[in-house]
This record gives sequence, structure tokens and C-alpha cells, in this order.
Amino acid sequence: MLEVKHLEKSYQKDKPALTDITFSVDPGTFVAIIGPSGAGKTTILRSLNQLIKDDGGQILLDGGDLRTANKTQLRGYRRQIGMVFQNYNLVERLTVIENVLHGRLGYKSTLAGMFGRYTEEEKQEAMTLLEKVGLEEFALRRCSELSGGQKQRVGIARSLIQHPKVILCDEPIASLDPASSRTVMQLLKDLTTEFNIICIANLHQIGLAKDYADKIIGIRQGKMVFNEDADALSEEILKTLYDQNVTEELD
Amino acid sequence: MQTPVNYLARKHWKQTGAIVLIGGIYLLSSWILKFDGLSGIIAIPKAFSWLGVNFKPTANSVHFLPSIWQKLIGTVMLAIASTVVASLIAILVAIMGSKVTGGSSLVQTIVRGIASFFRNIPLVAWAMILLFSFKQSDFTGFLALLLMSVGYLIRAFMEIIEDEASETMLALKATGASYFQVIFQAVLPQIMPSLISWILYMIENNVRDATLVGILTGTGIGFVFDIYYKSFRFDAAGMTVLSIILVVIALEVLSNQIRKVIL
Ligand SMILES: Nc1ncnc2c1ncn2[C@@H]1O[C@H](COP(=O)(O)OP(=O)(O)O)[C@@H](O)[C@H]1O
Ligand SMILES: [Mg+2]
Repeated sequence: MLEVKHLEKSYQKDKPALTDITFSVDPGTFVAIIGPSGAGKTTILRSLNQLIKDDGGQILLDGGDLRTANKTQLRGYRRQIGMVFQNYNLVERLTVIENVLHGRLGYKSTLAGMFGRYTEEEKQEAMTLLEKVGLEEFALRRCSELSGGQKQRVGIARSLIQHPKVILCDEPIASLDPASSRTVMQLLKDLTTEFNIICIANLHQIGLAKDYADKIIGIRQGKMVFNEDADALSEEILKTLYDQNVTEELD
Repeated sequence: MQTPVNYLARKHWKQTGAIVLIGGIYLLSSWILKFDGLSGIIAIPKAFSWLGVNFKPTANSVHFLPSIWQKLIGTVMLAIASTVVASLIAILVAIMGSKVTGGSSLVQTIVRGIASFFRNIPLVAWAMILLFSFKQSDFTGFLALLLMSVGYLIRAFMEIIEDEASETMLALKATGASYFQVIFQAVLPQIMPSLISWILYMIENNVRDATLVGILTGTGIGFVFDIYYKSFRFDAAGMTVLSIILVVIALEVLSNQIRKVIL
């Protein structure tokens, strides 16, 4: 279980980017975080694996606090938390399978990781995961040759091989066409159930959030204005969230 | 009120002003230096025809070819060796100094300072300074090229790392990978093409510069050229220049081919 308590962050003095963010998520749950640009969604997500050092609060993964972890402990937490990026953040020059295997680095000794010495089981698992995301044929292709949707699926496979408890997705479909967007969202939803993991995705598309997520968290100016089941998201709340009528987007 | 019309008119005047200013600076400086641009330009064809007549290699100059090429190959090797060593040093220092992979901001500032120091001392000055300690030898030339290349390459490599590697770095950091794993698995593979492209450019450049340095350090092809020139064997000097041009062009073609394959 992931519990976030009273998370605070300001980049500049007296201009809080996050105020008192509190929520918890059970395994097997797909959570969408929605809200206008600059609301603080990326800041929340990156605090969860401490890529951003927040200013206060607690982040508990199965009871252990990430925020007070030392370097080694943090590395231990990070490998249980996969991350999927808007721009995929793959090493484009390397092959698909090498990029997937990067998800194992957190488990390896420094030397073995530096020189990319992976075990047979790790390679086997990478192939199994590539099959799962429908890219087994592409294992030896360079990532630069893939389409956006395919790259994102490599990114997802890279996070899965970490055996994560949590996957964080920052605008995972913002660079994709509608069809690939749905493929990726469906994949994330299925994997969440299959592996019983927590998936948290920042999304701009409210329609897709309602369709695929179990829970929705609404953020506005660094504050949580909504944290309910996806079905409970009403026009009323969306209005306060975005300060304007966004219902057209739902159709 | 700023209307589009008077905005455009203002812009027009600014452009005219800039042209007048540049013209004025040219006239002023040629007056101060007593430099007559026009007669200079008129003299160019004459200079070239003098070059053509005196520096034209003759059947006789073919004798010089073996010694010219021997020295030329030596000079090319020197340029390549200094660039390769410079690249190794530069990549280490650039990793320590770049905003995304580097240490504290103090370290970053120091690295930037060092790079700019080595870069901003002209090559000829480096050669002169090093001549005191290392006398006229290949090593002096090697070191002069090395120091200047290090300065350029550190700066170039830092910018490449910052531009091309920060996103993948973040992704690997998020998986729990350690610093050296991130450097070897994400940063280096990601920046390799740009890195090689810069190294090739630096080798081309250093072959040209090595010639000049050779004149000062009394080694390599520069030295050969200097001797022929000073002993009025202009045809042999011409042959030397021709050989250098050929090698430089060949290197450029070769490195463009390599770039095409790796990029
Ligand atoms: N590195 C930073 N330095 C200063 N301010 C930042 C930085 N990153 C984000 N911010 C500010 O924090 C707020 C939240 O940003 P962000 O979390 O990126 O929002 P979102 O992802 O919802 O668009 C914004 O006002 C943004 O300008
Ligand atoms: Mg964002």
C-alpha cells in the first residue's frame, strides 16, 4: 500500500507548489491524477520516488518512509517503483531488449550493471515482458526505429522488469495518437490488475481517465480538490478544477 | 501606441542604422591601420599568379615526395594521438563538470574555468610556452595540441551531455541504478554519436594546426615546409602544401562517411 501524508513542496519561498497532499492507494488500483498545467502533478509524481526532494510530509510504501531513507535504502525503494515518461526516456541508440533490461540495474552490483552483464533469467524475463507488450519481434531493433506507441510500451516493459509495487506515469500518452493512447491505457490497466500493482498516471485527457482509471485525484494550484472513485467525477467538480466548462471534452 | 506599421518602419530604420554603423567601423579601422582595402583586393589575382608560378611543383619536386609523405604521416599520427588522448581526458572532466552528471556547483564552475582557460590561450602561444620546457620535439607539438583540444572538447562534451543525456539519465536514476551504472548504460551510449562526430572534427582541425605547430617546434610536415621555403625551394614547398591539402580533404571525406554511418 502507498500512503502519502501531508506532502509539501515549494520551489520558491512563499509560492507553494504542493500543499498538504494526502492520499493512499491499494495494490491493484489504477489512479489518474488530473488538473490544469502547472497544478503540481509532475511534482507529486517525482516526489513519490524522490527525484524531487519535497519539503515535508510522509511517503510510505508498505509502511516504510521513502523520505527518510538513506542513499542505499532509497535505491532499494526506487527499484520497486517503475516510472514511465511522456518522452519515453529510452536510450534510443540501444536495442529494445537492452532498454528493457535497464530496469534490472537497481538489483545488480555496480560493475555488472555498468557493463550490462545480465543473467539468463533476466534476459528470459525481458523477452516474456516484450511478448506481453506485443513487441517480441522488435527485441533486437534500435529504439530510434520504433513509433511513439511502441517506445512507450518498451518504457512500460522496462518498468515491469523492476518487479515494481508502484508504476508512476507522467503524461504517458501526451505524445501519442488516439489509437496508441488507448492501447497504452488498456495495457496499463490490465497490468495493474494482473500484477496487482499500484499505477499512478498524470493525465490531461479526462475522458480517458474516466474510462480506464479506478480512482481519480484532482489537483488545482497544488491542492487536492478531489479524490474519489472515477465514477464520482462530476461536471461540477471538473468546473472547479479547470475553472471553465470542460464537458465538451468528455464526449 | 505601437502599430504594426510603425513597428515595421522602426525595424527598417534599425537595420539601415546597423549597416551604416558596420560600414563606418570598417572605414575608421582601415584609416587607423592605413589599410587600403581596394588595392588589397586588386592585388589578390597577382598574388595568386605569383603563387602559381613559383610554387608550382615541377617534375623535379617528385624527388621530395617520399620525405614529404613520411613527415606528413607522422604529423597526421601526432594529430590523431593528441586528439584521442584529449578526448579521453575531456569526457572524464565533462562528466564531472556538466550540470546533469556533475558534482557540486563549485566543481562545475571550476571545470568551466579550466576549459575556458585552455581554450582561450592560442595554440601558437601554447607551443611557445611549452618550447621552454620540452624544446623542439614532437612532444611539444603533441602537448600543445592536446591542451587546446582538451579545452574545446570539455566544453563541447558538457553541452552534449546536458542536451542529449538528461532525460535518459533521469529514467535510469528512477529505476534505482547507481551513478556509474547510469553513466555507462545511459549517458555514454546516448551521446556516443555526437561525441565521435566532435572527435572527428577535432582530428581534422588538429591536422591543419599540427602543420603550423610543426613550424614552431621544428618537427613534422611544418618543419619540412619551413626548410624548403627558407631555402627558396618553392616548388618543393608547393608540393608540401599540395600534399597537406590532399590529406586534409581525404580526412574530411573519410570523417563525413563515418558520420553518415554512425548518426
Ligand atoms: N524546477 C522547478 N523550479 C521552479 N518551479 C518549478 C519547477 N518545476 C515546477 N515548478 C513550478 O511548480 C508548479 C507545479 O509544476 P508541475 O508539477 O510541473 O505541474 P504539472 O505537472 O501539473 O503541469 C508550477 O507552477 C511550476 O511552474
Ligand atoms: Mg507535468
